[in-house]
Amino acid sequence: MAEMVKQRKQKSRTPMKGKDWVKFIILIIISIIFIAPIILVLMNSFKGKLYVSNEPFALPNAESFSGLSNYINGIQKINFFSAFFVSLFVTVFSVILIILATSMCAWFITRIKTWYTKLLYVLFAFAMIVPFQMVMYPMSQVANMLSLDNMLGIVIIYLGFGAGLSVFLFAGFVKSVPVEIEEAAMIDGCGPMRTFFLVDFPILRPSAITVAILNAMWIWNDYLLPTLILSNTRTLPMAIQYLRGGYGSIDMAAMMAMLVLAIIPIIIFYFVCQKYIIKGVMAGAVKG
Amino acid sequence: MQTAIKKWFPILALPTVVAFSISFLIPFIMGIYLSFCRFKTVKNATWVGFDNYLRAFANKDFINALWFTVKFTVISVITINILAFIFAMILTKSLRGTNVFRTIFFMPNLIGGIVLGYIWLMIINGVLYYFNATITTNATYGFWGLVILTNWQLIGYMMIIYISGIQNISPDLMEAAQIDGANSFQRLIHITIPQVMPSITICLFLTITNSFKMFDQNYALTAGAPGTKTQMLALDIYNTFYGRVGWQGVGQAKAVIFFLFVAAIALTQLFLTRRKEVES
Repeated sequence: MAEMVKQRKQKSRTPMKGKDWVKFIILIIISIIFIAPIILVLMNSFKGKLYVSNEPFALPNAESFSGLSNYINGIQKINFFSAFFVSLFVTVFSVILIILATSMCAWFITRIKTWYTKLLYVLFAFAMIVPFQMVMYPMSQVANMLSLDNMLGIVIIYLGFGAGLSVFLFAGFVKSVPVEIEEAAMIDGCGPMRTFFLVDFPILRPSAITVAILNAMWIWNDYLLPTLILSNTRTLPMAIQYLRGGYGSIDMAAMMAMLVLAIIPIIIFYFVCQKYIIKGVMAGAVKG
Repeated sequence: MQTAIKKWFPILALPTVVAFSISFLIPFIMGIYLSFCRFKTVKNATWVGFDNYLRAFANKDFINALWFTVKFTVISVITINILAFIFAMILTKSLRGTNVFRTIFFMPNLIGGIVLGYIWLMIINGVLYYFNATITTNATYGFWGLVILTNWQLIGYMMIIYISGIQNISPDLMEAAQIDGANSFQRLIHITIPQVMPSITICLFLTITNSFKMFDQNYALTAGAPGTKTQMLALDIYNTFYGRVGWQGVGQAKAVIFFLFVAAIALTQLFLTRRKEVES
């Protein structure tokens, strides 16, 4: 054992001292505490209903193991695949629309300097500090009147709600693009649309990824807005909440199985574009 | 160039402006107007002046939710920021595997509020089972349940912001202090903390607004039970709108008050950050 430690020490560039080992072990313990909730959910998703509430911290054994029955049960109860598809559809199309529309809009209000573009900029910034509860009731009424209570309509609603942060972030990035190259493109015969998509958009690509990630995380996890807008369909968070059913009657076993299915795509997404996610979230933080 | 771009307003800016008006601008103005009205649907509203506001402040649930939210925000902001700062301090020392730890600590932040709520409902009820209780037995359990959940969710996020702040401190400054004989505690108080002040303001702002506006986690974990004792402001407003017939006007008035609180926090924050910028 001591030899192994020695060998490892030699391999690493900066050898760890005794004090560092203590910190290292503390960090491992904290990491276990951080992962434990997810492991517990996974463990309990394979246990019978009774065992989830009576002994949630025990590993599944021959008696409590229930195979995939929680998964099958949950998938049927909440129509999981339909909800998953709705969430995916709404998230993907909203993000694409937000990226296209708000980047063009941000370019417009940064390049044109008149009273109404300045006003728009202030309004977009203002929208970021208004809590959802302030507008939720009138908004759901307006959406209803305009028949936006379906999967396509909600995409438009998300564009409107995402506009504040997205235009604000894009406007910040557009300012760093030199006007001279746009002018050069226009002199060479590009119209404004071609100038934007051939000159500006490639430069804005890293920021577009940031905006896309921030919006994707928000829309995928959003519960209240789709609950108020959608009339016949459920997104994934809505479907999970639906499992709660009437007062005090939560099927926790099926719930655990559905939580596992809800978390898996997030974890895959996280590991695939981890670098961008952390960068994007940091950029979003600065907005305050 | 300006006039050429201006001609393209309908394609460049109009879609965003229209969507923004439908989902934010018009509802916002309607919301302010409706908070002074009695209404069941938007179309038959009658003006009642400040009546809704008086009823909101006379409403026990609202006052209770306000205190619950304030207490919750204060406790979570303190615990999250202290723990995140400590983790950041440990992780900026060149230890092995720091990137792996960062990845792990940050992960809960990506999970949505409803899912988070049910994860912790299972765990907290599992622990309380040994004491013959559930999270809805006592409002204190719900309170601390929410604090633990929020800590788990936000520590990693705040930690990342603190890490970037700490890494920006010039090593020369630390070295100079070391040569002058400052011990590690003095260096923390006199160099690290003043130097990461911008990160501290961002983290405080994010944790305050996140805790103050919390809805999903509250809804999934306790749903306000027992009774309405663990109801936070956002949930109370939701229940006033959709749970009580004829109270929509009061709900909208509560929402305006809520908005004013959040705006006050945001503006104070902005003011403090500006002042810091002048100083440095």
